Amino acid sequence: MGNERTAISKIKKTLGENAISEERVFRNETTLVIRKEFILEALRLLRADPDLDFDFLSDVCGIDWLGREPRFEVVYNLYSLKHNSRIRLKVNVEESRPSLPSAVNIWPTADWHEREVFDLFGISFEGHPDLRRILNPDGFKGFPYRKDFPIR
Amino acid sequence: MAASERMILNIGPQHPSTHGVLRLVVELDGETIVRVTPHIGYLHRAIEKLCETKIYLQCVPLTDRLDYLAPLSNNLGFALTVEKLMDLEVPRRAQYLRVMLAELTRISSHLIWLGTHAMDVGAITMFLYTFRERETTYDLFDLAHGARMNVSYIRPGGLARDVPPEFVSRVKSFVDEFPRRIEEYETLLTKNRIWLNRTRGVGTLSGTDAIALGVSGPNLRASGVNWDIRKACPYSGYDEFNFEAAVGRNGDVYERYLVRLVEMRESVKIVRQCLEGLPEGPIAVDDPKVVFPKRELVSKDMESLIHHFKLVSEGMCPPPGECYVSIEAPKGELGFYLVSDGGPRPYRLKFRAPSFVNLQAVSKMAEGRLIADLVAIVGSIDIVLGEIDR
Repeated sequence: MGNERTAISKIKKTLGENAISEERVFRNETTLVIRKEFILEALRLLRADPDLDFDFLSDVCGIDWLGREPRFEVVYNLYSLKHNSRIRLKVNVEESRPSLPSAVNIWPTADWHEREVFDLFGISFEGHPDLRRILNPDGFKGFPYRKDFPIR
Repeated sequence: MAASERMILNIGPQHPSTHGVLRLVVELDGETIVRVTPHIGYLHRAIEKLCETKIYLQCVPLTDRLDYLAPLSNNLGFALTVEKLMDLEVPRRAQYLRVMLAELTRISSHLIWLGTHAMDVGAITMFLYTFRERETTYDLFDLAHGARMNVSYIRPGGLARDVPPEFVSRVKSFVDEFPRRIEEYETLLTKNRIWLNRTRGVGTLSGTDAIALGVSGPNLRASGVNWDIRKACPYSGYDEFNFEAAVGRNGDVYERYLVRLVEMRESVKIVRQCLEGLPEGPIAVDDPKVVFPKRELVSKDMESLIHHFKLVSEGMCPPPGECYVSIEAPKGELGFYLVSDGGPRPYRLKFRAPSFVNLQAVSKMAEGRLIADLVAIVGSIDIVLGEIDR
């Protein structure tokens, strides 16, 4: 595994020391928690910098930490085909303002992933070209993957 | 009607060529496709949320129902994820059997794809041929674990049980026979002029576009991008096997066909190597907090009985943490993102389903093509709605 350390130092150098609020390595996987105001720039940097080149956005998903503040997390699992390395970015999202900038302009594949997070968790993505429900029908009430949405 | 007026055509959700309950809304300018908007979710069962209410072992049968044409791949990906989180290393015999089964699953999945895709395009005979061999692969799964489709055979910690003694010889006779069958398919299609006209140069996707759209698996490799997770990040001992990743060039429907044919041949190679080198030994880790004790011990030994009871009633508890594991499933990158809070149930389990992501590329592939090409294009992506809608 290769350039995760480079990613951390480049993010700190370009966006400032406080862009990353937490970094963890667990089972050889690097997770960075990025402050919300820096998330789009951090993603763009990871995609565009030739030393990092995380060109493949594997997945975007939400997590609901009901009872914790901020309540939600949005997780980006990235992969670099050139460097054969993976990195995970996380960003905290408050329940009172459940919104993030969209990554569709960086990776077109983010389109459906973000629609899914919106559909299931009620987190919206600013700048998304077509943000509407994807798995549930349009008239559906509530956000079913939130922990307080009943299972039956 | 004014020349600039566009027509909206609805296909599905109940339509034989959509491979399940997929609905496509096609915007047409005459016969030319301007845009394709897929509508999905008709098969949404909230499996990820259901998993949050189940112990880990109970999640295994739910993974069968993602890509239901490749349940063993799903089982494998999930098992590897839990094992990574718990830091377990399964014995070599289990690894070899897992690889063997995953490759037989790839063959089985590609066979269904080939039969149905060719049938969509009008070559109905293909279906009869590929379903004959596909039936044999299902007999093998049945032999291994007593189920054809929803097998739940690969579990965290190893396998549910060892394969019966005749399994090896039955697999061997299948892989001895199968390459001839692939040649048979090729005589029907590879140089067939109708097939070439329907597929060559149709639904082209460049490598750059494919990466940007997150396309993976045979679809990505047909576009000339050499990324096979079995090679890039080997799991379950894939680095010990000698095989080639199938890579194409043009990224059209025909190339996707060729890539999958090569993949089936490579799978045969891998299965052969598994058979030749199959180690003896246990098929699961020796950890009573993860794997069930032997049945005969449960009725004789108090400790085994307690372990059995605890595993069923409470399940295993991985440490708090998170990991993302992906495997090269027949349809592409099948990822599992698992978050544990230390409890017996996943706190969050996200499936990164290859079909979900690959389907997004359909509009890019179809734009500017004729409406008649759409069925060939959708078929060539090889989608399964079970994992798209989850």
